Parts: sequence; structure tokens; C-alpha cells
Amino acid sequence: MKLARDTWLIFQRQIQLLLRNPVWVFVGVFQPVMYLLLFAPLLKPALNAPTQAAAYKIFVPGLLVLLAIFGGLFQGFGLIAELRAGVIERSRVTPVSRLALLLGRSLRDVVSLIVQAVIITLLALLFDLRVFIGDLLLAYLMLALIALMTSAVSYGVALKVKSEDALAPLMNTVAQPVLLLSGILLPLTFAPGWLQGIADWNPFSWAVDGTRALFAGDLGNDKVWQGLTIVAVLAVAGVVWAARQFARSVR
Amino acid sequence: MIETRGLRKSFRSRAGRETKTVDAVRGVNLEVAEGEIFGFLGPNGAGKTTTLRMLATLIEPDGGEATIAGADLRKDPAEVRRRIGYVAQGGSTWDESTAREELVLHARLYGIGKAEAHRRAVRALDAFQLSEYADRKCKTYSGGQRRRVEIALGIIHEPKIVFLDEPTTGLDPQSRAHMWDEIRRLRTEGMTVFITTHYLDEADALCDRIAIMDHGEVVAEGTPAELKREISGEVVLVGLDAATTPKAAELLDTEAYVSKLETVDEGGLRLYVDEGATAIPQVLRRLDHAGLDLRSIELHRPSLDDVFLTKTGRSLRES
Ligand SMILES: Nc1ncnc2c1ncn2[C@@H]1O[C@H](COP(=O)(O)OP(=O)(O)OP(=O)(O)O)[C@@H](O)[C@H]1O
Ligand SMILES: [Mg+2]
Repeated sequence: MKLARDTWLIFQRQIQLLLRNPVWVFVGVFQPVMYLLLFAPLLKPALNAPTQAAAYKIFVPGLLVLLAIFGGLFQGFGLIAELRAGVIERSRVTPVSRLALLLGRSLRDVVSLIVQAVIITLLALLFDLRVFIGDLLLAYLMLALIALMTSAVSYGVALKVKSEDALAPLMNTVAQPVLLLSGILLPLTFAPGWLQGIADWNPFSWAVDGTRALFAGDLGNDKVWQGLTIVAVLAVAGVVWAARQFARSVR
Repeated sequence: MIETRGLRKSFRSRAGRETKTVDAVRGVNLEVAEGEIFGFLGPNGAGKTTTLRMLATLIEPDGGEATIAGADLRKDPAEVRRRIGYVAQGGSTWDESTAREELVLHARLYGIGKAEAHRRAVRALDAFQLSEYADRKCKTYSGGQRRRVEIALGIIHEPKIVFLDEPTTGLDPQSRAHMWDEIRRLRTEGMTVFITTHYLDEADALCDRIAIMDHGEVVAEGTPAELKREISGEVVLVGLDAATTPKAAELLDTEAYVSKLETVDEGGLRLYVDEGATAIPQVLRRLDHAGLDLRSIELHRPSLDDVFLTKTGRSLRES
């Protein structure tokens, strides 16, 4: 009860501040649209897809997972600014739940990701993408869990390193291989065996496969529950670890 | 209201390859009574902020114990948090928020309901003369206005004790005087106020009792008057050239009214006497007889700086 109330308080404030910054809102919407309009047309020939819609079925889920990963991973920068301004320290002297300090923020990241995802899905519908609403909602759940995990991890790391200069290269180093080995932009179907083998150890690769299966309307595919389970477990682990950093951090 | 026993904290920091340990606070024993303004006076790096952070549950002490407003710091930090307010040295407001938003949110983090939080925000804005700017973003405030918001935040939940870490640093003399009035008002309302400062006049004028801190230890504690009385007598500062100083020291050291004599590094003497007004003419006469020229003579009633000097061998002004 207290946790829910505290989380709501933090979430409300974060959303309020987010909406107050029109540049951010504009970038958040504009960027994915650019991907969709400028990158996607290259895909049909590249993927050798029979139709544009078929290409979208492969590309859109990948793009959404990409947004979820990156949307989360770089949230730590905002937190470092808050840390420096003393806002975190000020929150920590109140009896507010430490988990709520994290969840309120991560929830904002999840919500803004879902808004982006909805915009992209709607646009893709214009390009003849078709997907079942039930499958789509499950796919959104997958995205929400990914964003929850990556943003929690980003916050936790931010509280540990306490400086943008250290956070940027760290997050980039993590993001690069994760991205390349997840088959996000192009499926790994054509990858050589050894690359496949490495990708099997990348949780995001499972998430992407699961999301693609959902967009293909293949709810019964094992990849779906496997992907969901993997990201759910990782999200919980990330949240628990990051909440502990919140309980500890001082400017 | 606050009682600490042997509070300790060291930090390990890495400089290049070596890890160095800084003993920031080494065994602090304090007793602060209800309803007083207690001052922590000390130079940069003395360990004031570290002590405050420990008392405010922000960092865990390495050793020692403390009871704050009846709650045990180690066993029940959550209860301590409910009973105290804390205003950090480096600020605590967010550029893009307004004072009213900050106050309402902060009150609500203490579990206060929405309507009541708004009422309290209005009251606090009023009390700290902030109503005019209440709905402007914090980044547009002057340093003094922002500091007032931060202090209003620290007491929005009407705590029994409030810790203010250097509340007046960076304020102009007028704003400082205002801040002092506001701090006294908190005491009138029954709050116990614990401030840190490195201003001697602030410790002297504002605080009921002070503890002087240096290198992580409390070197003296008492009311400003008590502390000054402890260093008995007054000080006559004799300005001399470096060359004539030793000779003058030799002459004056044997005088009955000089209880202690110290040489100032750049030349000159510091004479501890019972009564400066009668000592000065005698000093003048003595030096004149010996044909020694003096540049200046000055009577110095003991200040907190002298207390600091006696206890640590350094002047707070210089460090
Ligand atoms: N997080 C930290 N890591 C390493 N060393 C620290 C840390 N915090 C404080 N110190 C060191 O502990 C000592 C005491 O610092 P503290 O901030 O308590 O001093 P202070 O009395 O508040 O000084 P000031 O008047 O400058 O605010 C300093 O030497 C400081 O460098
Ligand atoms: Mg300090």
C-alpha cells in the first residue's frame, strides 16, 4: 500500500517533469518515426521479403525491442543530474520507500516507451502490418519488462559510478554487443553457427525472437513464453539490485 | 534530544594506485538539549557534514551509537527519519520544479495527505516570504531564495529536530541576518536546531551552544560565553619587526602582568594578560625605555577564534 502510494508520487512527478520538456517529447516521438519511414523501405529487398508487410513483421518487433533497450539504458544520465542536485539525498532522508524511488522512475520510462511503441504500431498499420490485439498486448508486456530491466540497471549503475563520464562508455560497451548479437535489426537466421551459439546466451535475442513470434501471430511458439520468462526474471533481478543502490547512495 | 557516543566514520579513497583512508569522524560524543540551537563550528574538512549525514541516516557509521529524538540510529533508522528534517550543504531543489511543487511533494513523501500538503506548502511559502515566487521554476531563484526553499522543505513535516548544513554560506549579509531570524523562529516554535558553520560570528551570535570540531574530533564544547571564559584574560597584540621581536620577547616575558607570551611568525608578540587596558601602557613604557620601535598595538578580547587557536594551535581564519 505504502509502496504503491510512494511509487505513484514519484511517478507523477517524473511524468510531470517529462511533459514539461517539449523537446524531449518531440524527440521521443520523432526518432522512431524516422526509423520507420527512412530505414524500413530498405528492408524488403534486403530481407528478400515477398511484401512490404512481411518485411514490417520482422522489422517492427526488432525496432520496438531496440527502443526498449536503449530507452532504458540511458535513463541513468537524468538520475546523475538528480543526484548532483541533491534531490536523491533529499528523498532519502524521508521515510519514502527506497524501492518506490526506483519504481516511480522506471515506470515513467516504461510508460514513455509504450507510448512510442503505440505510435510506431499505428504507423506500421498504415503500411499494411496486421497483428492480433492479444498478441500485440503480450508483445507490449515483453517490451515493458525489457524497459523496466534496462532502466533499473541503468539507474543502479548510475548510482554506483556517479558520473556521466563513466556511465556513457559503460552503457555503450554493454549496448553494442547486446545489439549486434540479438538479431534486432536483421534476424540471425543467416548467421554462422558460432554466432548463433553466442546469441543463445543473449537474453535480448530470446526477447526479440519471442516478440517476432507474437507479431507473426504465432502465440503457441515456445519462443514466446521462453522470452517472457527470461526478461521477467531479469527485470526482477535488476529491480532488486538497483533498489539496493538507492538505499545506499549518497551524493 | 540528540545523544551520540563514539560516532566514527572513515572513507577509503583511491589516489592513483594507493588507497588512502580518511578518518573523517573519529569518535564524536555530543549531547544536544531540546529546544536549543546547537552549532557545529569547524574548518573545511573537519567532518561536520559527515557527522550530520550519519545522524540523518544517510550513511552508516563505522562505529558508535546515537539516539535522536528518542529513536535509536542503528536499530530504528526509519523512525529517526520520521522525526528529523535535514537540509544538505549542497542544495536539494530541482531546477525545473517550482517551490510549491517541491514543498507539496516533499510533504507527501512524509505520508501527509494531498490537501494537507497543499495547506502546509502555502503556510511555508508564507513564513519564508516565498509566496511571490512560489510558482516560478527553482532555477530562476536567487541563491538566498533557493536556500529558503530548501530550509522550508526541511521542516515541512514539522520535525522535532532539524539539521541545517551551512544554512548561510553564500548569502549576502542581509540575507544572512534574515536567515538567522528564521532559524530563531524555528526555536521559538519548539524545534531543536542543529547547524554547522564555519563563520565565527554566526556560531557566536546565533547558537545557544556550540561544539568546535577539527580533524574529525570535537575539541571543545559549551556556550560561546563559557568557551571564551575558559581562555582566561585578554590578548595584547604587539606589532614588531622580525628583527626586534626576540629582544622584545625577552624583555616582556619577565613582566608580572604577562601570563603567557607567544611569538608571531612574521614578527610581533601575542601577550596573554588579565586586563588589557592596564597592560597596554606598561608594555608601551617598557619597550620605549629599551628603545625598541613598535609598529602597532592592539587589544584583543577573546573570540571563538582564540578558543579554536588554543585548542588546535591554528586559527580558524587561516585554515
Ligand atoms: N564520500 C567520501 N569519500 C571520501 N572521502 C570523503 C567523503 N566524504 C567526505 N570525505 C572526507 O572526509 C573529510 C570530512 O569531510 P566533511 O564533508 O565531513 O567535512 P566538513 O566539515 O563538512 O567540511 P566543509 O566545511 O568543507 O563542508 C574530508 O577530508 C573529506 O574529504
Ligand atoms: Mg560540510
